[in-house]
Amino acid sequence: MASVDSKSGDVIVFTPKAAKPPPPTTVGVIGWLRENLFYSWFSTAVTVGALYLLYILCAALYQWGIADAVWEAESRRQCLDISPHGACWAGVIDWFNGIIYGRYPREEQWRIDLGFILLVLWMAPFWFPRVTGKIGIGITAVVFYPFLAGYLFIGGERGWFMEIMVMLAVTIFITNWLHIILSMLTGRSLQDWVVSMTGFAGKHESLHKYPMLGLQAIILIGVYLWLGSWSLVGVDTNLWGGLFLTLLISGIAIVTALPGGVVLALARRSHMPVIRVFAIAFIELFRSVPLITVLFMAVTMMPLFLPPDFQLNKLVQAIIGVCLFAAAYMAEVVRGGLQAVPNGQYEAAKAMGLTYWKSMNLIILPQALKLMIPNIVSNFIGLLKDTTLVSIIGLYDMLLMLKAIGQNPIWISLHTEPLVFGAVVYFILCFAMSQYSQHLERKLKTTR
Amino acid sequence: MSEEATAISGEQIASAISEEVVITFNDVNKWYGEFHVLKDINLSVRKGERIVVCGPSGSGKSTLIRCINRLEPHQDGQIVVNGVNLDANIKNIDAIRSDVGMVFQSFNLFPHLTVMENCTLAPMWVKKMPLADAEEIAMKFLERVKIPEQAQKYPGQLSGGQQQRVAIARSLCMNPSIMLFDEPTSALDPEMISEVLEVMVELAATGMTMLCVTHEMAFAKKVADRVIFMDFGEIVEENAPEEFFDNPRVDRTQLFLSQILAH
Repeated sequence: MASVDSKSGDVIVFTPKAAKPPPPTTVGVIGWLRENLFYSWFSTAVTVGALYLLYILCAALYQWGIADAVWEAESRRQCLDISPHGACWAGVIDWFNGIIYGRYPREEQWRIDLGFILLVLWMAPFWFPRVTGKIGIGITAVVFYPFLAGYLFIGGERGWFMEIMVMLAVTIFITNWLHIILSMLTGRSLQDWVVSMTGFAGKHESLHKYPMLGLQAIILIGVYLWLGSWSLVGVDTNLWGGLFLTLLISGIAIVTALPGGVVLALARRSHMPVIRVFAIAFIELFRSVPLITVLFMAVTMMPLFLPPDFQLNKLVQAIIGVCLFAAAYMAEVVRGGLQAVPNGQYEAAKAMGLTYWKSMNLIILPQALKLMIPNIVSNFIGLLKDTTLVSIIGLYDMLLMLKAIGQNPIWISLHTEPLVFGAVVYFILCFAMSQYSQHLERKLKTTR
Repeated sequence: MSEEATAISGEQIASAISEEVVITFNDVNKWYGEFHVLKDINLSVRKGERIVVCGPSGSGKSTLIRCINRLEPHQDGQIVVNGVNLDANIKNIDAIRSDVGMVFQSFNLFPHLTVMENCTLAPMWVKKMPLADAEEIAMKFLERVKIPEQAQKYPGQLSGGQQQRVAIARSLCMNPSIMLFDEPTSALDPEMISEVLEVMVELAATGMTMLCVTHEMAFAKKVADRVIFMDFGEIVEENAPEEFFDNPRVDRTQLFLSQILAH
């Protein structure tokens, strides 16, 4: 602040002090250790004690799980003969294929692998910085990939609809990757290339989509000639199981829960009474009933409401049940997010003349969903773990496969090791999701 | 009056009022539940007119201008904006809103979008303008509010005064015929107020129709063609600024002015 010296009348010039670094003992590793672990004799004692307890625990685990463990054996009996106090991983290894694929025929298991590889390839461009049109790629993944994967997993005869969707999915997968490779190498989109090569560059922008559609039609014909007579052996869904089934059910539930939840949350806040009452009834009904009940209802009650010749399979019924349940939960999470967006944002969007749907899509939902990432992901994690309940209606998900090991005469009463293995697999999956959500949060962070 | 506002005081700027009436209130009444916020409001605003609305908090002044773009629906009477009667017909409402700019006390910029995206969003999605054109217009108005260099920043990285100027630019990008200001400087630090008022004075000089809820009396003296004083949901007094400040006729206005001008 410049102030006036009362005697001379001169202005005193104010210059801010230069910033100094903090004292060295308060920063860095040493500073952190001093501040958190060894700041008094008591805290030092607690730290040492805790480290000792940790050591005892880890040593015991190491002894059981690695040092004394048996990795190769023919049966539980043999395991006990070799090392009575160690873990018998041989049983888990022997059943490993079943834990992953259930009873899916071995010679057809490549189809599951291919399905997951295709999914990864389809989603991969999200991690490539130079690729444009990521939202479009995401939409094609949600719309077309399920048909391709569905046919890979089920196989058998293709109806005309399935035929079209599978061919379209392959076509779009190919054009997506053409686009990705071109834009990674040259920084221009596939559409740019096609437009300039066909001489459409000088024409109006609204015509630019036609050469692209032409290219897709050519590829579609090629794909049809290539795969038109291709067919796979049918695999009944009763044989599906293991980690594959767990990921399938939770994956479908996760993908449908978010849009379903958004629609339900918006409906619940709607000014139209019929829509609002329907949304409230749906959400409250599904949230007040345990998932097990929903699953039983889906399997036993749903057929009563359907025409008698309409055969649904148990897996589809269970998936529908899980999806409805997940959507109801997600709806409340999204509603919380919508409420956290300040009212001024709604008003500003309205005042600019944006329609309801535009202001939701462009202004409100992006902010609400960003605020809700931690809740949404913990919901997804809960969902992944909840899918173990499908074992109750007789679907052989990973948990049921793990339990089946101990009921097998060769590995009779081998329970601990499979469950420890299952815990590790679930931990890896859930921890990965949690880490990814934190990464997303950091990436999307903008100062408010 | 605060020291900063003197920066914009001085000669009143010339006005260019035409005969065309753009906003009419006919016996408008509004209730929040049981609470009667607006009582028998009659008002007409001509094109190019600049009106300052003042009054104690809770007097209904914000509600009055928020009725003009139907952020608040009224229950009784008639409001006509640009020849369109505001009623439950939603199609009219969106057309009116895209032609009436509004600046809020709390800025209400979209925090997940950059300054540039804030400005181009409505032209692109409401008026279907191509991106390049929208960006050109946005840049023009960002230059007019003197912050073109902040275009790629997010609102959270700007000061309050800068945010409010972005909000003004954002509204102007829609090329509105009427601008509403709802206490645009009330949430600002004293050091920021004058930079926003300067932008508003410049805007007034372009002949924009403006309705402004504010307590910046120096601004009112310089810019307003008419000052409206409200209390208890009624228009207590309306007059030209020199008459209003020097010769208030109603005792309530005199009391208000003596309180607001005392410090």
